[in-house]
Amino acid sequence: MRLSEHTYRTISTIAGPLLFVEKVQAARIGEVVRVVMPDGRSTDAEVLEIDGETVLVEVYGTTQGVDIEKTTVTFTDAIKKVPLSPDIVGRIFNGSFVPKDGAPLFIPEKWMPLTGSPMNPAARARPADFIETGITAIDGLNTLVRGQKLPIFSCAGLPSKEVVAFILRNARLAQADRSFVVVFAALGLTFHEYSFYQRVLDEMRTGFVAFVNMADEPVMERLLAPRFALTVAEYLAFEKNMDVLVIITDMTNYCDALREISTAREELPGRRGYPGYMYSDLASLYERAGRIRDRVGSVTMLPVVTMPEDDITHPIPDLTGYITEGQIVLSRELHQKGVSPPIDVLPSLSRLMQKGIGEGRTRADHRNTANHLYKYYAKGRDLRRLEAIVGRDGMTKADLPMLDFADAFEQEIIGQGPARRTVQESLDAGLVLMKKFSLEVS
Amino acid sequence: MQTGKILGISGPTVSVDLKGLKLYERVFVGHGLLTGEVVRLERSHAVIQVYEETRGLGVGEPVKGLGMPLTVRLGPGLMGSMYDGLQRPLERMRKEMGPFIRVWKEMYGLDYIKRWNFKPAVRMGDELQYGMIVGEIQEGAFKHYIMCGAEKGMVAWIASGDISLDEPFGEFTGGLEIPGCHEWPVRMPRPYRKKFAPVTPLVTGQRIIDFLFPLARGGAAIIPGGFGTGKTIFEQSVAKFADVDIVVYVGCGERGNEMADLIAEFDELEDPWTKRRLRDRTILVVNTSNMPVAAREASIYTAVTMAEYYRDMGYNVLFLADSLSRWAEALREISTSLEEMPGEEGYPTYLASRLSSFIERAGVVETMSGRIGSLSMILSVSPPGGDFTEPVTQACLRTTGAFFMLDTSLAHRRHFPAINWFQSYSLYAKDLSEHYCREVAPEWEDLRRRCNQLLQQEESIREVAEIVGVEGLQDADRLVMRVAERIRNEFLGQNAYSDDAFSPPDKTLALIKSIIAYHDRAAEKLKQGIALDEAMKSDEVGRVGG
Repeated sequence: MRLSEHTYRTISTIAGPLLFVEKVQAARIGEVVRVVMPDGRSTDAEVLEIDGETVLVEVYGTTQGVDIEKTTVTFTDAIKKVPLSPDIVGRIFNGSFVPKDGAPLFIPEKWMPLTGSPMNPAARARPADFIETGITAIDGLNTLVRGQKLPIFSCAGLPSKEVVAFILRNARLAQADRSFVVVFAALGLTFHEYSFYQRVLDEMRTGFVAFVNMADEPVMERLLAPRFALTVAEYLAFEKNMDVLVIITDMTNYCDALREISTAREELPGRRGYPGYMYSDLASLYERAGRIRDRVGSVTMLPVVTMPEDDITHPIPDLTGYITEGQIVLSRELHQKGVSPPIDVLPSLSRLMQKGIGEGRTRADHRNTANHLYKYYAKGRDLRRLEAIVGRDGMTKADLPMLDFADAFEQEIIGQGPARRTVQESLDAGLVLMKKFSLEVS
Repeated sequence: MQTGKILGISGPTVSVDLKGLKLYERVFVGHGLLTGEVVRLERSHAVIQVYEETRGLGVGEPVKGLGMPLTVRLGPGLMGSMYDGLQRPLERMRKEMGPFIRVWKEMYGLDYIKRWNFKPAVRMGDELQYGMIVGEIQEGAFKHYIMCGAEKGMVAWIASGDISLDEPFGEFTGGLEIPGCHEWPVRMPRPYRKKFAPVTPLVTGQRIIDFLFPLARGGAAIIPGGFGTGKTIFEQSVAKFADVDIVVYVGCGERGNEMADLIAEFDELEDPWTKRRLRDRTILVVNTSNMPVAAREASIYTAVTMAEYYRDMGYNVLFLADSLSRWAEALREISTSLEEMPGEEGYPTYLASRLSSFIERAGVVETMSGRIGSLSMILSVSPPGGDFTEPVTQACLRTTGAFFMLDTSLAHRRHFPAINWFQSYSLYAKDLSEHYCREVAPEWEDLRRRCNQLLQQEESIREVAEIVGVEGLQDADRLVMRVAERIRNEFLGQNAYSDDAFSPPDKTLALIKSIIAYHDRAAEKLKQGIALDEAMKSDEVGRVGG
């Protein structure tokens, strides 16, 4: 332990976001380093690897303007920490934790390490109680439970933005006495998307914390922003007893940033060039969702993944699916049919649904109603394939209502449009529709 | 103990200038005494794989060799506990440092203060050798046999009654202590006298397994499947209901919430065979995906060594790992940071040999004390993209005796357990069928053949139906479709959250018998010229469970 700052002017190599610094004494892994460029600008960096007196440093911001001769590198002997205070609610920051809303930074009450610490599995409480998003396909059929991580799998061109905005506006808890806050991390946003989300946040006024990294901002910030968001979420949940919903969009930008940095580090690429440790890295984010025994708050996560080439076996959705507890899948077909939100409930799944529904939580008939809706819709979808071969005339009498039900289910139950539904309304809508087609609900 | 200094750090690997280390020796790294293992030796330096988070570690910090490899402590008190990949008790960690694991510190896996009641089985003057039984302790529901560790000799005196692990349980002539617990290197299989071929079934309570793809005591099975296909639920169902004495469950790089759920459930549920709390027959080893990656690599070895320890007492032990792919990924990560030459998909080329020598630790054995114990394994695999041609699945297939293939399309149809009945296989089926025919019912094998036949027929009829439509099929074929559907829904499908979650062999038999009898009766009526609807309707009585 040095307990002091050391400054060097011994950079030997600069490659992308990476600097090699020579003749460094007693550096530590993960130590924060300040890089001051000849023109006086400075940026933070982190120690990545040490080999004797040569230290590999990764710069958080841009390395444009860094030179070998004059740039100084200061080893601060501290690890990256996040300033925290309850005043953070209602604020918007960029990917380096600089306020983006014009107001000054709050006075921190506490600092916590950026990477967090793994939650002891013995200390976890199992997820319980549901969060109402206002979307029938989620609340009714794939219920989101406090402490769960449930990704939204989208494809390029599908309205994942609108789904996120809908949830930002409408998510709430069933218990009115609990304080609920949304932490929103947007990674690699285009200006067009940003202005859309900004309107949403402006309307909301408070009840959120936002971290926004724009598409033309440093790639490293895409790796930092979700960690800022999660550290804030853990603080609000486990120290301030709040229920926190973390929405991260878009994890595909995160993973691409991870790949870019990994390549710069000259690491061995894995599938599709993504690093071999991507599973562990994603887990270090997703696993921060949860609840703790004997504490009130919770961290629930809703990451958005845009599947490249609509391929669910692509490494990003694949590894995400292995870590998260289910998935909500958006469908191009439903979108083209004009169904909004275009959620395909068949491949969607909430593994923890059972923990959040039923008597005392949603409604006693929730499981049964959902199962029946699911069953009839799946049957109807199956029959559509048959219909494509034999034609509508060739179908049996028993099959026809099932076919029509599937269409109506998509238009009326899934395609609820811009209006919010409570979970009761969602279930009732389902029951009414099944009754209309005289489908039995045993 | 020798001391050296850290020269360089890269991810979980650290190079040090310490001389005189042995390969796989355990090392304490840095001021925080992080646990590591020597993985490469060179003249000038040694490379150490650190099992903990290296963030904050600095060059120049001290390194100490312990002179022995990574071990687990084996003794009374393991049962019902929950450990991390290095056998640190997670419950005690929670009490001492709160809900987050902020500092990693050395903690013994056994409680040295707890008092036990020891009944010696040897007397003064007896000769003791490795593996012989010194005495017993009542550990919950189990008789925990204290076995002689590496020492041997003549017993000078032996304790009896109230004792803690901190005290000697006796002494050899010559003054050497007889301890109540001992350490064993995790990467070294525990010895036994003899290994037998697995011929008795391990009843899992899952009909598709017990009936179609039975698993033997001492056998090993893999269960690969993409995400959402129900690997974890399946493993947990088996952990709950399997007909074994002891279950060792490793959550290797999986979800924390799942483990929380498992623990809570195991606290509540009872073992259907003995009616005791499930938790009391289970040892959990948990290294969730966000815990250090190198400890994940060690976790399956830690767990299997504990499983072998109970096997050596003559118990039937089931080892469940979820998931082996995460272990392989940890191996890959470490291999990459050692800059080894990568093989297929970046995995090290020794992946297959490591896996096979690990899986070979399963088996039915005659222990060193002459008892018969078994260690069976069910290992889940998470192939990327659900593609079974990937290296981990393929390497496992060569060593395991049963393959339960999870099918994404079955899972989408909400058919659980989503085990594909055409692709899965069990090499134990023949031997075990004989056992079932002998012990449960002589028609077992026959019914099994009929069941397979009906499912096969359905598949070929379905192809025809896709073209001509269901209406265009012959009555006999439509009947097969209907019966096969019943087999799929009522027999092969099993809801893990209902009373049907556990199906003992006689229930399994009764159910398939009734379905096949239903088919035969209806087929008979068809032959008599009765219309299909009539033939099927007249007989819905035979239903069991449903």
